[in-house]
Amino acid sequence: MSDLETFRKETRAWLEENCPKEMRDGAGGEENICWGGTEWTFQSEAQKIWLNRMAEKGWTVPHWPKEYGGGGLSKEEVKILKGEMRDMKARSPLESFGIWMLGPALLKYGTHEQKLHFLPPITRGEIRWCQGYSEPNAGSDLASLQCKCEDKGDHWLVNGQKIWTSYADESDWIFVLVRTDPQATKHNGISFILVDMRAEGVSTKPIKLISGKSPFCETFFDDVVVPKEHAPGVNAVVGDLNRGWDVAKYLLTHEREMISAGGGGLLGGRGLGEVAANEIGLEDGKLSDPMLRAKIAQAEIDGWSFLLTLERMKDEAKAGQGVGANSSMLKYYGTEFNKRRFELMMDSGGSEALEWEGERTKEGKLARGWLRTKANSIEGGTSEVQLNIIAKRILDLPGV
Amino acid sequence: MALVLTEEQEMLRDSARGFLDEKAPVSALRKLRDTNDENGFSRDLWKEMAEMGWAGILVDEEHGGADFGFVGAGVIAEEMGRTLTASPFLSTSILAATALTKIGADAQKQEHLPKIAAGASLFALAVDEGRKHGPSKVAMSAEKSGNGFKLSGDKTFVADGHVADHIIVAARTAGAAGEKAGLTLFLVDAKAKGVSAERTIMVDSRNAARLKFDNVEATGDDILGEVDGGYEALEGVLNAGRAGLAAEMSGSAQQAFTMTIDYLKERKQFGSEIGSFQALQHRAAHLYSEIELMKSAVLKSLQDLDAHYGMAGIICSLAKAKAGEVAKLASQEAVQMHGGIGMTDEYDIGFYMKRIRVAQEMFGDSAFHADRLAQMRGY
Repeated sequence: MSDLETFRKETRAWLEENCPKEMRDGAGGEENICWGGTEWTFQSEAQKIWLNRMAEKGWTVPHWPKEYGGGGLSKEEVKILKGEMRDMKARSPLESFGIWMLGPALLKYGTHEQKLHFLPPITRGEIRWCQGYSEPNAGSDLASLQCKCEDKGDHWLVNGQKIWTSYADESDWIFVLVRTDPQATKHNGISFILVDMRAEGVSTKPIKLISGKSPFCETFFDDVVVPKEHAPGVNAVVGDLNRGWDVAKYLLTHEREMISAGGGGLLGGRGLGEVAANEIGLEDGKLSDPMLRAKIAQAEIDGWSFLLTLERMKDEAKAGQGVGANSSMLKYYGTEFNKRRFELMMDSGGSEALEWEGERTKEGKLARGWLRTKANSIEGGTSEVQLNIIAKRILDLPGV
Repeated sequence: MALVLTEEQEMLRDSARGFLDEKAPVSALRKLRDTNDENGFSRDLWKEMAEMGWAGILVDEEHGGADFGFVGAGVIAEEMGRTLTASPFLSTSILAATALTKIGADAQKQEHLPKIAAGASLFALAVDEGRKHGPSKVAMSAEKSGNGFKLSGDKTFVADGHVADHIIVAARTAGAAGEKAGLTLFLVDAKAKGVSAERTIMVDSRNAARLKFDNVEATGDDILGEVDGGYEALEGVLNAGRAGLAAEMSGSAQQAFTMTIDYLKERKQFGSEIGSFQALQHRAAHLYSEIELMKSAVLKSLQDLDAHYGMAGIICSLAKAKAGEVAKLASQEAVQMHGGIGMTDEYDIGFYMKRIRVAQEMFGDSAFHADRLAQMRGY
């Protein structure tokens, strides 16, 4: 038996023994995610046990190095672990912006001290992070951001406002892009800094979306004092001062990968055709609405091809590396596809899908989800920004 | 299995690309067209391809082939798509080799496969009778006559039908047009009495023919596979052809896209390269995304044909549908972004549009395969 086969066997046995029954329902969706953090209330004892057991193995982030709380697994081993978890419909034990975004940025740009200090609590779900990127006047043109960060000798002084800070009201810490050199050209005066949300002068305000939900916040910084070192040798700034844009770009790549992979994950479970067949019925084995049937078939072809592309790009990427600029392609296509998918589900659902309140539609779950997808092609860089990146970085087309 | 080419398959691709760029660029197709070549392809070049192992790429080693599998065949089809190379590869090396390998009797294999691998005999697959593809629509009759059958009917859109030495033809030994049961595949000598071929010059300047069968006699030895049970076998062979065409279209689309991107970087209007205009950048970037999706679907279909041939129908439909749509988009965008020059016969891009149109129609267009996929998915 090869080493990988042994690993598969052992992994299966371990999961079988350690994954609580309640965590094997394959439940996805934002409402079932375990986010962790000091404010977190576990939805069940099983959710807590599952997190703790996986964290102990380092399997909340199986590909991170062991010394920082990860599992130290190879790319092939991670694939096996994920496959085995999928097969038993195990829920993900922990998801967070710490895992998706800050972690990869720290692993690449952080010092050993920063990694040791910040990464293990992320892997155990103890500290929840949020992201301070966009500002009211810096959306697609993110590098024009103005949040001020002044050097006051022994500390930094931060003043400004961030917007679309997801779950800021439930987070412990925030990674923020700030302007540390107002004289430099716009990409060259930005730094990437880590701020404790409990610091005096940090406040948040939820933003209600068209879906009726409020995952996003505005976050305000009023004379916030950030120590230069959060602990001896642990700098508040990640990477070089004024080189925060490099970190930001790298992190955005991961965010795009996460969003596109998430879009792919949503394709699991019941297919569009099956959903529509249940809702509007079949005639002679075919969906009773032939125009909708054609659109759904086309969408399934594109969705399936997209999933295969995610798989191919992961297989093509060298071990330990991401998919690079292709993350923009995946983000663009995945989010646009997800919007299309929800439009078709709304078409299938007809008038019933429009019920906003009440038990029958679980408080308008589909309608709210449909509206939520409209943000997919805006957050993390709009579709238009992704197309710009593809044109410039992949196709090497000339600038204006 | 990882969704990437193996090292061996990459080497095959590189050598195919080098060979085709040198021996069979688009100018070769142009020359075949302009000289009204009677074959529509170069027999000398086919000999060379056979020597390189391409003709027998799907034939096992026992019968003198290279046994490279469907991914290998797709790699070559894709490279031929890049250069729009006219050759009997699809009909003989993919369709006939698959049919003989999968359902041929030992004697049939012994007789034909070594010749296919040697590039010594050419085949054609005759299925469709009307304008649109549909294997179950076959009406051509195969009436029992003594110990054998008599075949009568017309076939259309038969690739290489006018140059083939042997024709694999689907005919009805039972049932009526529209039914899956009752189809039988026959392996007929193209020179047999009663067979006549009318070469049809198509929009892509490649080979096709209309065939007439007038009481053509076939014996029991000429039956390929089972009597009345030919539908499943035919679907398998067609799936291989569909994946091969999808791979070819992928190559054509990628090449048309590359030419277009190059043009966007060099053509200047309003004082700048037109590739600096966001309207064109976004369309190019969208097309890039679609091409990446097409490549994934195509590779998966070829891998699945190798890994579980009998279950690859749905993924071959996925690949054919996706490749048909994307290649069509790529050729349309290519002509539009080239502007006036894209409309000229002198420039090569039009050849891509024409070939893609034919390849996407053959063995089921994108709508046919979307419908087939929906049926297989239970809606």
